[in-house]
Amino acid sequence: MGRGYRKTPAHFFIFCVQNDMLKVKNLTKIYEGGVLALDNVSFEVPQGEFLAVIGLSGSGKSTLLRCINRLIEPTDGEILWGDTDITKASDDELRTIRRKIGMIFQNFNLVHRSLVLTNVLAGRLGYVNPALSVFNRFPKADIENAFAQLKRVGIANKAYNRADELSGGQQQRVGIARAMMQGPDIILADEPVASLDPVLAHSIMQYLEKINEEEDVTVICSLHFLDLVHRYADRVVALNEGRLMFDGLPKEIDDVKFKEIYGKDAERVG
Amino acid sequence: MKSKKPNLLRSLGLGLGVLVVLVVYAYGFQVTKVDLKETRSERRQEQLIRIVRALAQPEFFTYDKVEFEVSLPVMIPCPQEGFAPPEPDKNGPYLIMTPACADPREVATIEGYNFEPFSKGPLNFMPAGSDVKLQLGTVETDESGHFSTQVRLSNRPSDEVQEIRAITRQNVGAPKLTRTAIDTWNKIVETVFLALLATTIGTALAIPLSFFAARNLMKDVTSTMISASLSILFLPVGLYIGVKTAAAASLLSEFLTDNTLLMVASLIIAPILVWQGSRIALPQREIAKPSVAVRVARTSLLLILFLVSIVAFYLLSHVALLGGSALGKKLGDFGFLGTFIRDLGDILGMLIVVITALAVAGVFSSIAGRLGILIGQKSKFAGRVIQVVLATTAGALLFLLIAFALNWLYQFRNYQALYLYASLIGALLGLFLGIRTDVKATLPTGMVIYYVSRTIFNALRSIEALIMAIVFVVWVGIGPFAGSLALSLHTIAALAKLYSEQVESIMAGPIEAIKATGATRLQTIIYGVIPQIVPPYISFTMYRWDINVRMSTIIGFAGGGGIGFLLQQNINLLHYRAASAQMVAIAVVVAIMDYISSVLRERIV
Repeated sequence: MGRGYRKTPAHFFIFCVQNDMLKVKNLTKIYEGGVLALDNVSFEVPQGEFLAVIGLSGSGKSTLLRCINRLIEPTDGEILWGDTDITKASDDELRTIRRKIGMIFQNFNLVHRSLVLTNVLAGRLGYVNPALSVFNRFPKADIENAFAQLKRVGIANKAYNRADELSGGQQQRVGIARAMMQGPDIILADEPVASLDPVLAHSIMQYLEKINEEEDVTVICSLHFLDLVHRYADRVVALNEGRLMFDGLPKEIDDVKFKEIYGKDAERVG
Repeated sequence: MKSKKPNLLRSLGLGLGVLVVLVVYAYGFQVTKVDLKETRSERRQEQLIRIVRALAQPEFFTYDKVEFEVSLPVMIPCPQEGFAPPEPDKNGPYLIMTPACADPREVATIEGYNFEPFSKGPLNFMPAGSDVKLQLGTVETDESGHFSTQVRLSNRPSDEVQEIRAITRQNVGAPKLTRTAIDTWNKIVETVFLALLATTIGTALAIPLSFFAARNLMKDVTSTMISASLSILFLPVGLYIGVKTAAAASLLSEFLTDNTLLMVASLIIAPILVWQGSRIALPQREIAKPSVAVRVARTSLLLILFLVSIVAFYLLSHVALLGGSALGKKLGDFGFLGTFIRDLGDILGMLIVVITALAVAGVFSSIAGRLGILIGQKSKFAGRVIQVVLATTAGALLFLLIAFALNWLYQFRNYQALYLYASLIGALLGLFLGIRTDVKATLPTGMVIYYVSRTIFNALRSIEALIMAIVFVVWVGIGPFAGSLALSLHTIAALAKLYSEQVESIMAGPIEAIKATGATRLQTIIYGVIPQIVPPYISFTMYRWDINVRMSTIIGFAGGGGIGFLLQQNINLLHYRAASAQMVAIAVVVAIMDYISSVLRERIV
């Protein structure tokens, strides 16, 4: 989808943004009540990379991902994407930034009572006219694209089912289709396979891998299992209690590093 | 030994606690005037049985009745020679009094034989030489058609033979509906529709209002001091301009309605114009940010289209008014349809003013708010100065408006001073806040709106519908219309609270996901919130309809129409069987609505 638009002059700007790195600088998040979720985290993500974020539950992975599209307001620090500082964007600017950042969630976060098609079309909400979308009107091209995205994840026949009629794996594929509707440059995946069985987990990860390779979309994905990290990620950052403990290649995680990330009582599984 | 002391203390404490509980209940008994003697008194028990039996026999059916008269000649007082009544015909019903004659005011036993079993009726004394009848008592026969009752004879001494007459009534033919049943039916229909109207109006207004009272939606709404002040300042300006715009549009539409051809033409052209125009002004999608010129052009086009549509709505309202009246006259029995169309036209006419005013005020306020954000970003020092000035003015305006409202209510004698002091206090508060607050700091405007709307809903909800009914009865007269308005108002407050709590309890995940796609707040509500709240909204609305049916019994007491009026009348007249019929009707309606609601919920959830 994103490909076709780049021919228009209006997309030259976006094209430029696309080749830019995402730079997270000194990111800190302190929740109300004083919980330090992110502590001075800095790293960079080149366009087109598959970055895994690992760490224990509560180590700040979700907070980090949500700070990138500002679903959570960072307390301090900068997130630079090309020339724009996401943390300083106004509400309007933020919406234009968000529509180029797709997001996939552990609990899929589909609107259960809506159709699968409507859930997928919701990915275009940042582009369509707000006044028309009130009446559930979407451009024809978007509807065709929605079917194309559903076909790509193999559930085009479920377009007119209600989202809650689908199994977990199917729901996550709808989630991917929704994110891809945005024509994203970055996909944030917050433990996308944590609620799925291992077989489904691999199939979902393969979709993400395909998107990453074929469409040159940056994927920032938090994961629990190290075998998935080794299998899919180009690079890993690890968090422990909000601090960046590791930034490097998956194969560089040795036993010492592992204990640093997961604590000294942790044992490697698999 | 150590543990014993606390144990003793604990026992003492427990004993004291029990004592306190006893005292509390004793006081409760005294305050509620518990009187167990009354419950055992025979007279009370009889009355209780009577009323319970009456309530258990709702007066729905009646029979044609035939009356049987049986007479017994008696002498009061006994003549010297004694008196023996003629031998009765023992094949038919007959009466016997023992003794056969007696002095006035003496107690005598009257027995009847061969009557129809289980028949009832009065037992009268017919004094000689007059047409009056004096009731001695009532008769009620057993299964063999016999009765026996003791009566005190009337004080009408006479030398002539007088008469005691038993009149029994007997049901004949098929059961028929009573007058009560028919009245109850008419009134319950009125009640159901009264409640339907109230629920519809209440729901229509409560749905949008409920979003303002939902914490999870309002929490994220923040604005800077400058933009909040500008919004407050421009709100009344927008309201004023909106009302004026509506008035101008109304004038224009009146001019158009003078000529039928012109009116029809404009009614056809206006929607096409608006539809086509909005396609230009609202492109289906926007990839890049449009230039300023394009945006200005689009906004002006939208403005023109907005005006055109107001005029069109006014025309529609006129057409409905005229057409409805004409139809109402022609349709005869179905004239209410015409009247309905006319009323709809009237409502539309009234709504246009309100909606235009609100829309213009909203647009003004939000543009002002955006402007405020821009100003705040420009320069630090100028921003601070502007903030202080704006906050002072906004504070003064806010307090002045409150003072206006207070003066309207209480009509103070020295209201100029009130205005002066109010705006002075407001200005000082604004000044203080303006100086203290950082230019870039965000204020929780959403939470302010949340608390204000919550407070209003709570206040409205705690006013009994009965009181509201009284106010509306004064305004629109006694009848179901006043009742439906009162219930509407109560419904708005109650449903807005229930709805908003539903909004607060929905899953946050989908909302987060929709937000992450770059959706606006309105889109987030429409795609993330509304699909989740449809089932609870429907069940709450049905439940509210049910409540409104039951509430209409209360507002009937204040002249709010509906079945309550009938019920209250019957209770006051001690017609318990009729009252019982009305209560059964209410119970049946409530049960039916519960069933419909469960079916609907099953379909939709």
